Amino acid sequence: MGKSREALLSPIFNQNPIALQILGICSALAVTSKLETAVTMCFAVIFVTAFSGASVSLIRNHIPSSIRIIVQMTIIASLVIVVDQFLKAYAFDMSKQLSVFVGLIITNCIVMGRAEAFAMKEGVGLSFLDGVGNGLGYSIILLVVGVIRELFGSGQLFGQEILAMASTGGWYVPNGLLLLPPSAFFIIGGFIWVLRSFKTEQIEEEG
Amino acid sequence: MLEAYLNLFIKAVFVENIALAFFLGMCTFIAVSKKVSTAFGLGVAVVVVQGITVPINNLVYRHLLKEDALAFLGLGQTDLTFIGLISYIGVIAASVQILEMFLDKFVPSLYNALGIFLPLITVNCAILGGSLFMVERDYGFGESVVYGLGSGIGWALAIVALAGIREKMRYSDVPLGLRGLGITFMTVGLMAMAFMAFSGIQL
Repeated sequence: MGKSREALLSPIFNQNPIALQILGICSALAVTSKLETAVTMCFAVIFVTAFSGASVSLIRNHIPSSIRIIVQMTIIASLVIVVDQFLKAYAFDMSKQLSVFVGLIITNCIVMGRAEAFAMKEGVGLSFLDGVGNGLGYSIILLVVGVIRELFGSGQLFGQEILAMASTGGWYVPNGLLLLPPSAFFIIGGFIWVLRSFKTEQIEEEG
Repeated sequence: MLEAYLNLFIKAVFVENIALAFFLGMCTFIAVSKKVSTAFGLGVAVVVVQGITVPINNLVYRHLLKEDALAFLGLGQTDLTFIGLISYIGVIAASVQILEMFLDKFVPSLYNALGIFLPLITVNCAILGGSLFMVERDYGFGESVVYGLGSGIGWALAIVALAGIREKMRYSDVPLGLRGLGITFMTVGLMAMAFMAFSGIQL
């Protein structure tokens, strides 16, 4: 029981894939200017990491090691196609907004990294949980960044007005910088700073 | 005609820089930017691979996957765009492999310089992203060549610049928790803001 708990929970803070392992940031930044897109992206990534982990683990003893990368890539690409087609069918506007970033889950290093480092060694159930855990670790950063950017950048959450905007007679003057792409870097940088102030063992010593 | 290509090229390098405006290829962008020399090697490798794969994927998309593209086989109505993702990544993985074998056989000096970076490139989002943007914007063949090279050069430019900054940063006193990853993110953010200054340029 302890092992599956660890597989699920440790990626969220202790081994966070974004903050500690610098994996999968590519897409994390571009979709966070609105919470809605960030949430969709989180579900897509959790789905893909969980099921790719389970599938790779299921056939791990039959994959020749020389072609394992391409096998993993094929599994991941198929899962991403499922997500992409699902979004196109049931949430077309959302899939237009996410544009190429759903496709880019294929090259998201978290998915490949977990398939290679965990699913090739461990059992199906554990790999599935590890996939969910890493997906959640990715999601938590995406959500924090998404909330900050949408709330302070346009005074809204999920498109609902939370802070009354000065332009419509309220009191809040929005910080336009937060809607621009570079702000995501500052927020993630700050998040890492806070995380490492509490978990001092994660601090890097650079020569 | 030439003017349109030049315009597209400048746009791909500066205005819509694939690293700093779309955040593609960030994992390698941050992990491999500690030294200027390695960053330059990776940058060149990205330009080469991007310049090859975007046009190939353009051909694959227009002549195999697009609706009605298979009409010459008597398969008029087939629309294969849904298997696009898997085809593009397959093309990228295969061309990286072929390029690696080709360099190993014919240009060993270049192979030694780029060798370690080539496998990394298959999973670089900038490469797949370039192909996906090409499909989304419906570029023709000529445009895709220009766009591929331009976006590759833009990425290379950004990573070399970041590596230069990080080399200098070793002499500065950064707060403990920000060391390494944290301050790198901040730096990239500032660079991205600087690149936004290009965004108003119309050629």
